[in-house]
Amino acid sequence: MTKRTRNLTLYAKYGLLAVGVLFIALGLLREEQLVVLKKAVKICLECIGVG
Amino acid sequence: MRIINFLKSRPFIQSIAAVAANAKIFGFFTGKIWQGNSKVVCVPGLNCYSCPGAVGAWPIGALQAVLGGNKHNFSFYVVGILILFGALLGRVICGFLCLFGFIQDLLYKIPTPKLKVPQKIDQPLRRLKYVSLAIPVIALPILLTNQFGIAPPYFCQWICPVGTLEGGIPLVLGNESLRSMLGFLFSWKMGILVFTILTSMLIYRPFCKYLCPLGAVYALFNRFSFYRMNVDETKCTGCKACEKKCKMNVEITKNINSPECIRCGDCKSVCKQGAITSGFCSRRQTEVAA
Repeated sequence: MTKRTRNLTLYAKYGLLAVGVLFIALGLLREEQLVVLKKAVKICLECIGVG
Repeated sequence: MRIINFLKSRPFIQSIAAVAANAKIFGFFTGKIWQGNSKVVCVPGLNCYSCPGAVGAWPIGALQAVLGGNKHNFSFYVVGILILFGALLGRVICGFLCLFGFIQDLLYKIPTPKLKVPQKIDQPLRRLKYVSLAIPVIALPILLTNQFGIAPPYFCQWICPVGTLEGGIPLVLGNESLRSMLGFLFSWKMGILVFTILTSMLIYRPFCKYLCPLGAVYALFNRFSFYRMNVDETKCTGCKACEKKCKMNVEITKNINSPECIRCGDCKSVCKQGAITSGFCSRRQTEVAA
């Protein structure tokens, strides 16, 4: 692995981490977590093969 | 020393992860699912949120729920969680933290003749998991909605065998009203489940290799994740014992951080030269260029 590739991989790692945190924060602001919770606390009939 | 080795072993970690993701065990006896706030958080592996013991949401189901709802056409929250898990761990999640991966590992231990899928068939089939991520998980919930702008979770409904195994069977056994609702869909999903179980006895992790959309997501991050594997070129003799041992058919000496590597560590254990290492630390060991 060349030094340039190693540096790019390093930037990609930290960049992705930052994007992940930013996206979660944006999602929380848009209250997407409530949609997730609402879906997860009810039996998903399609998922279990009933409805 | 033996105890420490046992605690560090993959089956032990997989068992702990399986119990932790399904800690509400009483749900299996009552035929109901956990409804607490912990389900706002996604677990890293494939663990159906309709499993009676599940304490968290499964990210692909959560993604379909947001995309298939009438409020948002993109989920920053779930995608952010997936990026975070992927960037930190990559497919080590598949190897160590996924319940269905663990179940497939156990099924493969059943002494039956094992099949090696020819490369000509294996390689195109591996791309199928990206199709299953792109179409039933992302495209269909956005494009194929009802008059209220709502779509069902297509992947979970028609393809995923895990909901039937973890949720369908225990809930139907414990809940009479659900039993009365069974129809074609349940038979279809039972067929998929039986097929997956049978093929898992013959082929190592067929669902992970060919169909899992969550594995497809983490595969995209394997090259960049903080948890990495390295081959020390100065120690490697090129004997390829690692490649013969690898059940995911990764060309380890060429591309150890391949999207297909689930970081099980079998290659590490078989390398007599100790040329293969893994971990979060960025080692200065030379990785053989892809």
